[in-house]
Amino acid sequence: MSGVSTATVEELTEASAPSRFWNRERRLGAALVIIGVIAAAFFGSLAPSETARFTLSENAEGAALSINGQLGAILFGVITVAAGAALLAGVAKRWQTTLLVLGIVTFVFSFLCWQVAGKFLPLVDTLSGSLELALPLILGALAGVLGERSGVVNVAIEGQFLMGAFGAALVGTLATSVWAGLISAVVGGVIIAALLAVLAIRFLVDQVVVGIVLNLLALGVTGFLYERLMQPDAIKYNSPPRLPEWRIPGLADIPVIGPVLFETNLLVWLALILVFVIHFGLTRTRWGLRTRAVGEHPTAADTVGIRVRGLRYLNVLMGGVVAGIGGAYFTLVATGAFNKNLTAGAGFIALAALIFGRWTPFGALGAALFFGFAQKLANYLGAVGSPVPNQFLNMLPYIATIVAVAGLVGRVRAPAADGVPYVKS
Amino acid sequence: MTTEAPAPEAPQTPPAKKKDEKEESLFSLFLHNLWSANTVTVTILSIFLALVIGAVLIVISDSDVLSMYSYFTSRPSDALSASWDLVGHAYADLFKGAVFDPAAVQALFNGSGDWKTALNPLSETLTYAAPLVFTGLSVAIAFRGGLFNIGGQGQAVVGTILAGVAGFAIGLPAGLHLIVALAAGLIGGALWGFVPGLLKARTGAHEVITTIMLNYVATLFLGWLILQKGVQDPNRTDAISKTVDSTALLPALPAPLRVHLGIVLAVLVTAAVAWMINRSSFGFELRAVGVNPPAAKTAGMSVGRTYTLLMVVAGGLAGLGGAVQVLGTADRLTGQVAGNIGFDGLLVALLGRNKPWGTLFAAILYGGLRAGGNLMQVDVGVSLELVTVLQALIVIFIAAPALVKAIFQLRAARSARLGASVAKGW
Repeated sequence: MSGVSTATVEELTEASAPSRFWNRERRLGAALVIIGVIAAAFFGSLAPSETARFTLSENAEGAALSINGQLGAILFGVITVAAGAALLAGVAKRWQTTLLVLGIVTFVFSFLCWQVAGKFLPLVDTLSGSLELALPLILGALAGVLGERSGVVNVAIEGQFLMGAFGAALVGTLATSVWAGLISAVVGGVIIAALLAVLAIRFLVDQVVVGIVLNLLALGVTGFLYERLMQPDAIKYNSPPRLPEWRIPGLADIPVIGPVLFETNLLVWLALILVFVIHFGLTRTRWGLRTRAVGEHPTAADTVGIRVRGLRYLNVLMGGVVAGIGGAYFTLVATGAFNKNLTAGAGFIALAALIFGRWTPFGALGAALFFGFAQKLANYLGAVGSPVPNQFLNMLPYIATIVAVAGLVGRVRAPAADGVPYVKS
Repeated sequence: MTTEAPAPEAPQTPPAKKKDEKEESLFSLFLHNLWSANTVTVTILSIFLALVIGAVLIVISDSDVLSMYSYFTSRPSDALSASWDLVGHAYADLFKGAVFDPAAVQALFNGSGDWKTALNPLSETLTYAAPLVFTGLSVAIAFRGGLFNIGGQGQAVVGTILAGVAGFAIGLPAGLHLIVALAAGLIGGALWGFVPGLLKARTGAHEVITTIMLNYVATLFLGWLILQKGVQDPNRTDAISKTVDSTALLPALPAPLRVHLGIVLAVLVTAAVAWMINRSSFGFELRAVGVNPPAAKTAGMSVGRTYTLLMVVAGGLAGLGGAVQVLGTADRLTGQVAGNIGFDGLLVALLGRNKPWGTLFAAILYGGLRAGGNLMQVDVGVSLELVTVLQALIVIFIAAPALVKAIFQLRAARSARLGASVAKGW
C-alpha cells in the first residue's frame, strides 16, 4: 500500500559495494569472451566448410553476400572475443555500448554463418518478417510505456490485443471495411484499458492482479463469442478484409531497406511514427514531464497541482488505443481471421520488450525488433531443418528478459511509483 | 495481518457470523451484518454479479433469441421468456453437471438408476478441483509472504514433465512408483520456483516478471521434449508422450467416475499448508516478511532466505498440482497437459482470500463451474469459455469489494479486511 513495499530485497540485504573489480563492464566483457570462444570453437567446428549466402532479396535469387560458413563462424567469433577483451581491459566509457553491441551482433553472425553454411538466408524476407513479427510487440510495449511511465502497471496487454483482434475481425467483417475494423480494434483495446484503469486507479486493486485477471476475462469473452458467433458462421462474422500493402515509389527501390520499410502496410509506419511521437512527448512536452512526475513521485506531482489520477486515466486509455491497434495486426494483417487465443502470449512478449527496453520507447523498439528477429529466425531455421530446435530460439526473448531484470546485463529500473495506487491523503 | 485461524468459510454457505460481539442480540447483529460488506456477503454477491453478466453474454450471443429483441416493443414477452428459458437452462445444466442431477438421483431412489451416474457430477467437480487446490495454495502461500507467484503455470508444467517422465521412464512396484512420480513433480516445481526466488533474493529481480517469463520457457521446453526419442509415443507422429505406467497412476474410483486420490491428497496438503502458515516458525517468518520486510529484517529474519524458501515451497505445491494432473487424469504428456491450471490457481487463491481452507473451497467451486460447463456446452451449446468469463468476473468483483459495495449499497463492515491482496509495484 505504501511506498515501502516497492523496496526491493537488494536494498535490504545487499550492502553497497562501490568499486569492485568485477563491475558491470568487466562482467559483460567476460561474458562476451566466453560466448565468443564458444562461437569460434563450437560453431566453427560444427559449421560445414561451404558457402553461406545472404541474398539481398526475398528468395535465393539475385546478388548475395557470401562467405565460407566455417571461416565466417570462426571470424565473427574471434571478433566477439576481441570486443569482450576490450571491455575487460577497461576502455573509455563512451565505447562500451558500441563494443557490447558489436560483440552481440558478431555472435549472432557467427551463429548464422554456422546455420546458413551450404544454404542461403534471404535478407529482405528475414528483415521484413522480423519487422512484421515485431509490429504487435512494438505497439504493445508502447502501450505499456504509456501506462507504466505514469505509474500504472499494464500486464493486460495480452487482453487488449485479444479484444482488439476480436473487434477488428467482427466489425471489419460486418462493415466490410478494414478501417471500421481498425477503429473497433481501438475500441476493444480501450474497453480492457478502461477496466484496468477504473479497477486500478479508482478501486485500488493490485494492478498486476487486475491485469492477469483481465487477460483471462478477455480470453474468455473473445473465446466465448468466437465459439458462439464466428465458428458457426465464419463468412458472416469472421472474414475481415486485410490491410492493403502500400508502396512508396522511389524509396521502395532502395536495396534491402526499401522493400522492408517502404513496401508494407500502414501499421508498420504507424508503429514507427508512434515510437518517435511518444519519445518526443515523454521527453519534450508538458504532458511528458507530468507523466514522468506522476510515475516517479505522485505526491510531489500532486503538490504542484498535477491531477495524478486524471493523468493516469488518460495515459492508460491512450495505451489501450495503441494496444488495440496492435491487436488489429493479428486479424487485419497476419491471419485474416480471428481464432481462439490467437495472440498466444504475444502480449507477454510485448511486456518483456517493455521491460527489456527499460520503459523507454526506443528501448522498447529495439527489444521488440530483437525479439521479432529471434522469432523469425526460429521460424526460418525450423523450415530449413536446423539442428537447433526452434523452441529454444523462441525461448530467447523470455530468457533475455530474465537476464535483464536480474541485473546481469545492467540494471533495469521501473518508474518508482509503478504499480502503486495513489491515494490522496 | 493478524493470525487468522483456518476458519473453513464455504463461499456458498449462508454467512456464519462472529459470535463474540458486544451486547446486541445475536440475531439483530446477524441482520445488521448480513447486508454489510463482509467477506461472505461480498463473495456471494460477486458470484451473483458474475452470473448476471454471464447471462447477458449468453443472450446476446444467441441469434435466435436476439432476433426476438428486434420486435421487443411490440411483444416483449417473447424475447424475455426466450431469454429466461435459455439462461435458466444453461445455469440449470451448470448445476446439474457440477453437483447432482435430480433426475439421476430420483432414478437411484426408484431403483432404476445407478449410483455412479448420480455421483458422476460430484466426481467430475472434484476431479477438476484437485490440481487447482495445489496451484491455488501455491499462489496463496506466496501472497502471504508478499510475493506474487504468477509462475504457477510454469511450475505446474515442469511438475507434469518430471512426474510424467518418472511415470513412464522408470519401472517400480505400485505404490512406490506413485510416490516417486509425485515427488518428482514436487521437485520439478520447486526447482522452477527456486530460480525466481533466488533472483529476487539476490538481485531484487521482480518475481512477477521472472515467473511470467519462466512460464513460457517451461511450456516451450515441454513442446520440445515431447517430440524427443524416448519420450514421444513411438506409435504416434504427433506431439504426445508415452503413457504413464499404471503403477504410477493415482488410484481412482471405478470406471465412469474419474475422481482419484488427488483430491484426498489435496485436502491433506491444505491442512499441512494451513499448519505451516499459521503455526510453524517459517510461517511466522513469511507472514512477517509479507507484511513488512524491513521490520522483519530488523527483527533478525533473513528476508532473502525467506523469499527463496517461500518460492521453493510455492513452486513445489504447483509442481505437485501438475503431477496430480498428469498422474490423475491426463495419463500422458501433451503440449496442453497442464491446461490452464496455473492461471486458474491464481483466481482460486484470490477467491479464497489467500487462506488455505478458503483456497480449497474456491478450488472446488471452480472445479464445479468447469464440470458444469462441460454439460452446459454439450446440452445447450453454450461454449465452455463462459466458465472462464465467470471465473474471471468473480475474482474481479472479489478483488474490488468497493465496487460490489457501491453497486449494492452495502453497509461498511466492521473491521473487515477485504482487499484481496497488497498492492505492490514492480
